[in-house]
Amino acid sequence: MSEQQELEQLVQRDYKYGFITDIEQEIIPPGLNEDVVRLISAKKNEPEFLLEWRLKAFRHWQTMAEPQWAHVHYPPIDYQALSYYAAPKSKEEIDANRPKSLDDVDPKLLEMYEKLGIPLHERAALAGVAVDAVFDSVSVTTTFREKLAEVGVIFCSFSEAVHSHPELIQKYLGTVVPAGDNYYAALNSAVFSDGSFVFIPKGVRCPMELSTYFRINAMNTGQFERTLIVAEEGAHVSYLEGCTAPQRDENQLHAAVVELVTLDDATIKYSTVQNWYPGDEEGRGGIYNFVTKRGDARGHRSKITWTQVEAGSAITWKYPSCILRGDDSVGEFYSVAVSNNFQQVDSGTKMIHLGKRTRSTIVSKSISAGRSQNSYRGLVHIAKSADDARNHTQCDALLIGDRNGAHTFPYIEVKNSSAQIEHEATTSKISDDQIFYLKSRGISEENATNMIVNGFCKDVFNELPMEFAVEAQALLAVSLEGSVG
Amino acid sequence: MKLIEIKNLHAKIGDKPILRGINFTVNAGEVHAIMGPNGSGKSTLCQVLGGREGYEITEGTVEYEGKNLLDLSTEERAVAGLLLGFQHPVEIPGVKNIYLLKEALNAQRAAQGLDDMDTFAFMKKIRELVKTMGMDDAFLHRGVNAGFSGGEKKRNEILQMLLLQPKLALLDETDSGLDIDALKVVSEGINLLRGADRGIVLVTHYQRLLSYVEPDFVHILYKGQIIKSGDKSLALQLEAEGYQDFLEAAS
Repeated sequence: MSEQQELEQLVQRDYKYGFITDIEQEIIPPGLNEDVVRLISAKKNEPEFLLEWRLKAFRHWQTMAEPQWAHVHYPPIDYQALSYYAAPKSKEEIDANRPKSLDDVDPKLLEMYEKLGIPLHERAALAGVAVDAVFDSVSVTTTFREKLAEVGVIFCSFSEAVHSHPELIQKYLGTVVPAGDNYYAALNSAVFSDGSFVFIPKGVRCPMELSTYFRINAMNTGQFERTLIVAEEGAHVSYLEGCTAPQRDENQLHAAVVELVTLDDATIKYSTVQNWYPGDEEGRGGIYNFVTKRGDARGHRSKITWTQVEAGSAITWKYPSCILRGDDSVGEFYSVAVSNNFQQVDSGTKMIHLGKRTRSTIVSKSISAGRSQNSYRGLVHIAKSADDARNHTQCDALLIGDRNGAHTFPYIEVKNSSAQIEHEATTSKISDDQIFYLKSRGISEENATNMIVNGFCKDVFNELPMEFAVEAQALLAVSLEGSVG
Repeated sequence: MKLIEIKNLHAKIGDKPILRGINFTVNAGEVHAIMGPNGSGKSTLCQVLGGREGYEITEGTVEYEGKNLLDLSTEERAVAGLLLGFQHPVEIPGVKNIYLLKEALNAQRAAQGLDDMDTFAFMKKIRELVKTMGMDDAFLHRGVNAGFSGGEKKRNEILQMLLLQPKLALLDETDSGLDIDALKVVSEGINLLRGADRGIVLVTHYQRLLSYVEPDFVHILYKGQIIKSGDKSLALQLEAEGYQDFLEAAS
């Protein structure tokens, strides 16, 4: 891309990360059948059990129908028109799938990471962040692995883990989100290309925040990431995920699966800043983000926290959930979902209380601007076995302008009368009076809006790791640019 | 030195004329009071001078420090030193008071080509002012005006004034809803703002505030026009006679 073009984009204040890196790609031709599934598995040299698992998922997927219940609208997706695998080429053999060092990585790729501000090299060291950067489907580079290895933490690409720790993959894969869980999860299980694997052994507190950046970069390539995080007894880990995608006209499908497992006294904190291309001001293009994220608080006194800032994607269909299986286990969901222009969000969580004295907290903040539609959909389920379970839910919606919609679909199912459930919901609008008041104190309209929005989201931002909180605030400002006035 | 000069100002909302030819000038060092019955146009005058949208200015000029005030946006007016104190300060939950104060101060400093104030210096200054206004530090960490009592809201307005040190403070019914103790604290705050290089305009319904903050000039606003101007004795006369008799006599 020329400097001139870059400048133009800057002036037009388009989507900040809307560039496409020109890099050779190896793409399997469009279409999906058992041969494609076998080809993906073969390319990755996968063990037999995994191929069988994929095929089973694929066969199940063929019997399923796309869910229609979400409050979103989009033209039918032709799954046969998508490509299901793309890998960037390096000087190394494709087999190796991974450059030995940064020197082996395509310089253009590194340049792109620079543009995205991903803290590799020294910056990563300073920030204390280990980066497992996923470029399209294959992990390109991982830093800090030695430091993590010292304490026994495994942090690598999913494909790598399949070879280095097949027993762990076989033990945990699909135990939280079964292959046939839902339409998109089944599709992902059949064709997932890569993702991250994290294993924190018993009693270990992961010495740094773990981070992955995803980026879609191939035309017509579906993105099917698969992440599995296991925290053994007493282990702690905080995992950060952030993503951006280049600007393009066609809609792109993203159907990721994330599985978390905590054993006794373990904690996983999973934070996301989602910034996929949302489509243009007319509602053209943008990512379809159909994601299944679920944590299984399998052990007693274990804890799973989902924190998400959802700003991108044309359509978001995402319900990070917790199965509170262990007694005294805790599930938390903190979410900010911003929608502008023609974006559609249907997001929320499920808290499934099975264990005794399990507790869950849901804080959902939605901000709708432009002509967007923003729905919270949540389930709190208290099983018969869950004595003295507690849930507190707070759903707040903030409207900017008068052409958008905020919706709340809370489902509460209680099978045990000792449960305590609280649900609070508010809807408010940024008023002209508030904006005028702040302007009359010398604050620009844009900053005034940002102040109010950030204030509204404060409870969620407080849950984000520091570096993400700053990024999230900046992201909200960019996402809502020009939405007031 | 003239701070603001208003000439023949007419403004309306929709088809309804509200200001019908306002004339007055505030020089540096002066305190003016604008009094008038409900519906006389007091609040509209404040809103128009503050740059609120929704009013159509049909005639007249407003010069602020030699510039055409009506050409400036609300935030430009604020950073140029014209500050509006609200009759009903709006609640902004979630936005911490301290954050608003800091942003407002730094916006003003940026307009003057200065860097942001050092956080330590800022905290020291703001704590002193909080004490001056008889408030508690905890108040800084509450949402802007959120759940504040009427008195707290007005104290907050004056606190902002003391921090931002406006050249021209335009206080819209700052005394309304205050008990006598709060009125004293607020009045003391306003008196701290008095200075040779500063102008203050007090918009009020009652004479009460004016016995604590003595004005140099008093104007009576009625049906969108200033029908009488005088010194502070005018306010006392108004109080003694009541609006009804006074206005009948004047018109």
